[in-house]
Amino acid sequence: MTAPAPATGCRDVPVLAERGQQEVFCGLTGIIWLHRKIQDAFFLVVGSRTCAHLLQSAAGVMIFAEPRFGTAILEETDLAGLADAQEELEREVDRLLSRRPDIRQLFLVGSCPSEVIKLDLSRAAERLSARYAPKVRVLNYSGSGIETTFTEGEDACLAAMVPALPETDRRQLILVGALPDVVEDQALDLLSKLGIEDVAVLPARHADSGLAIGPNTVFALTQPFLGGTLAALERRGARHIPAPFPFGEEGTTAWLTAVAREFGVDQAHFDAVTAAPRARAARAVARAAEDLRDRSVFFFPDSQLEIPLARFLTRECGMRAIEVGTPYIHRAVVGPELDLLDRGPLLTEGQDVERQLDRCRGTRPGLTVCGLGLANPLEAEGLATKWAIELVFTPVHFYEQAGDLAGLFSRPLRRRAALRLEAAE
Amino acid sequence: MKLSVWTYEGPPHVGALRVATAMKGLHYVLHAPQGDTYADLLFTMIERRNHRPPVTYTTFQARDLGADTAQLFKTACLAAYDRFQPQAMIVGASCTAELIQDDPGGMAETMGLPVPVIPLDLPSYQRKENFGADETLFQLVRALARPMDRSADVTCNLIGPTALGFRHRDDIIELTALLGDMGIGVNVCAPYGATPQDLTRLGAAHFNVLMYPETGEAACRWMTRELGQPYTRTVPIGVGATRDFLGEVAALTGRSVALDESRLRLPWYSASVDSTYLTGKRVFIFGDGTHVASAARIARDEMGFEVAGLGCYNREQARMIRALAREHGVEALITEDYLEVEARIAELAPEMILGTQMERHIGKRLGIPCAVISAPVHVQDFPARYSPQMGIEGANVIFDTWVHPLVMGLEEHLLTMFREDFEFHDDAGASHHGAAATPRTPDPDAAEAPDSGGEVIWLDEAERELRKVPFFVRGKARRNTETYASERGLTRIGLDTLYDAKAHYAR
Repeated sequence: MTAPAPATGCRDVPVLAERGQQEVFCGLTGIIWLHRKIQDAFFLVVGSRTCAHLLQSAAGVMIFAEPRFGTAILEETDLAGLADAQEELEREVDRLLSRRPDIRQLFLVGSCPSEVIKLDLSRAAERLSARYAPKVRVLNYSGSGIETTFTEGEDACLAAMVPALPETDRRQLILVGALPDVVEDQALDLLSKLGIEDVAVLPARHADSGLAIGPNTVFALTQPFLGGTLAALERRGARHIPAPFPFGEEGTTAWLTAVAREFGVDQAHFDAVTAAPRARAARAVARAAEDLRDRSVFFFPDSQLEIPLARFLTRECGMRAIEVGTPYIHRAVVGPELDLLDRGPLLTEGQDVERQLDRCRGTRPGLTVCGLGLANPLEAEGLATKWAIELVFTPVHFYEQAGDLAGLFSRPLRRRAALRLEAAE
Repeated sequence: MKLSVWTYEGPPHVGALRVATAMKGLHYVLHAPQGDTYADLLFTMIERRNHRPPVTYTTFQARDLGADTAQLFKTACLAAYDRFQPQAMIVGASCTAELIQDDPGGMAETMGLPVPVIPLDLPSYQRKENFGADETLFQLVRALARPMDRSADVTCNLIGPTALGFRHRDDIIELTALLGDMGIGVNVCAPYGATPQDLTRLGAAHFNVLMYPETGEAACRWMTRELGQPYTRTVPIGVGATRDFLGEVAALTGRSVALDESRLRLPWYSASVDSTYLTGKRVFIFGDGTHVASAARIARDEMGFEVAGLGCYNREQARMIRALAREHGVEALITEDYLEVEARIAELAPEMILGTQMERHIGKRLGIPCAVISAPVHVQDFPARYSPQMGIEGANVIFDTWVHPLVMGLEEHLLTMFREDFEFHDDAGASHHGAAATPRTPDPDAAEAPDSGGEVIWLDEAERELRKVPFFVRGKARRNTETYASERGLTRIGLDTLYDAKAHYAR
């Protein structure tokens, strides 16, 4: 259905590494979706008013069911003496856990200020874990902007959960990455139909899911930004199944193929299970692709989804990539994607937003994928844009969402075509 | 350390950003880690601005901390000057950069940039957004404004409107017209729409109009002291305040008051019989001090509401709000913790909330209608239509906005008349609101569990009767009856108690 892999992919293409102003979120932002996904967890950011303000602004709207996240805002007195800060933190946690008895996992999340003053959250987590075990498990990770970019916050969170997982010898598959429940259920259903039954998910929806890990565990990533989690899982003896990511018909098939091969699923059975959803996905993508075909696309760095999405848009939707900017290229993770991405686009890692804007304006792409801070200004300059954050918040993985994924890119173009707002000549 | 879930104000550098974004020809270099750039989207998304805020963030990372973040700042500063060629620059640190003590102000001074560079010292761990805006405007004015001859015609400066302000865009237009009717021109409006060069001309105005004390008071005080310009104390939100404001302007300028009231509709709308139902509605008011004070006056004097409680989130206005609360015979709530606000609202059970977007959510949870009167803002607070809060049109807008969430005049009476009707009942809600009507459940006893309010017990007959009271006054009826009962040492509320209480509280 799609073109054969290019003779020369982008794996060895030189990358333009940029170090200037980075117009990206920090890792705290991941809390917005992680707290919905892990239903008995609370995320306590130890940070400043800026962190609290980011969390309520990044989602665009407030999630008003009393959210399972909050910020312990550092004040002048906390900065003066550090021993004090530990006690203060424990006091806030005590208060929080007594008010929210439904909480089974508490994440102490480090921020820029807590990292700079070297507040030891792992020690705090240990002490609090000892106090609240076994009812509440307290873990810590850093979502600070000085260490993490946007989706790296999820990576840090999942990686923090791995060392605490119990040991098992079971032969099992773990899907790694926070997906919307509807998508996760579809993936589990597909794997079950392929005959792969012993499947677990990281992060699990609840603390008592029974998730365990060991030398007979294999795992597949569903998100390309989980390099740290990959390393943590390997340290526990689990083995990674490298694959392209399940975006679009081609990506989903390639991802499932890699998993099926690992579990010895025979080709005829694989084809029988995937034929119908593959065809549906291809049809749905084709409809949206009518608006995308032969247009150019330019990616500003955002979520690390950029390389897989560029592969999807160029190979399944007929677009031409001009620049694929991504915060970080983890070759062990996106290598199979780079193999599929035809040479041509400029690959950039990191960012110098002003220079990148110059390049973007210079090439006048048909569609620019960028963050919310840049989208309206570029629209006002006459460029069509797609907000990148929606690609992280919306169900876009696997066959049944392939059409929706293409639709996210085609909608801004259809909207521009639909509007008749210019004054008559 | 203080646990916070939602905040009313951002950090002080966001206040500085609001000033910089409101202006033209100014550039802000902010020493800040990667991630602090989220602030851009406040302006491009919530306010739908079509330009990026004029800010360069140094976006340092962990690897830079071991190396040289100061050099990073200098490079960013020079690059920003070269690229944007601003008339002036402001430089400062966000919360994290404050901790690494690179001293952006000191560094910028030594760089020999050919334009004024104004350092900002905004203590991130003590102060908040409004302070940041107020202080930034003050520092800009102090650095750029100089005494000069007054303009030949009587002019004033409009001081305080910023980007991301609650209806600032439209208040400027309304005020400019209002003053124009008295023959007074606007010399400079700042920071909204001003350039640094404009700020050098501030001294030509005869007086200043302090539109928003939250963001403009420090600058106005300085201009009084250094430029000899008096400033207005009345914020012209509401009919009475608008008249008082013009009186103040007349006193400052020697002109006579000229107010064209031909478009003013609030007084007649409020006096017309349809508005009878507004009488004595108990409202809870919360927001920034300035908007709360304005709203309290309008609520009592111009809408005929009863102020059941009020408060503000900015401590800078605490004294004024406490005095105002005493005047209304209520206790002021000064807090930035929305859970406290929610608890107070639940306790007071007002019939309506005048608040921020935060209180709108609280109202949704508690089933209490809410109209928004103050920042923090939401994309809804930037309507496409002209929608000021100040002046004549502001009063009209406020009447409509406050009445909209309520079940309206005649409809309220009809609800009372048909209160047992299966379609036209309490839970169906107001007819002009979108949500689909809920048919009444066949078993009325299942609809609402009796709630024994503390030690007082509601007997079944009274509880059933209470349920026949329309929902928007049911809370008040329950409270009044319970208060009445407990004042008389009654432990059980029967039908008689209910109606005795009703007669007792009848107005």
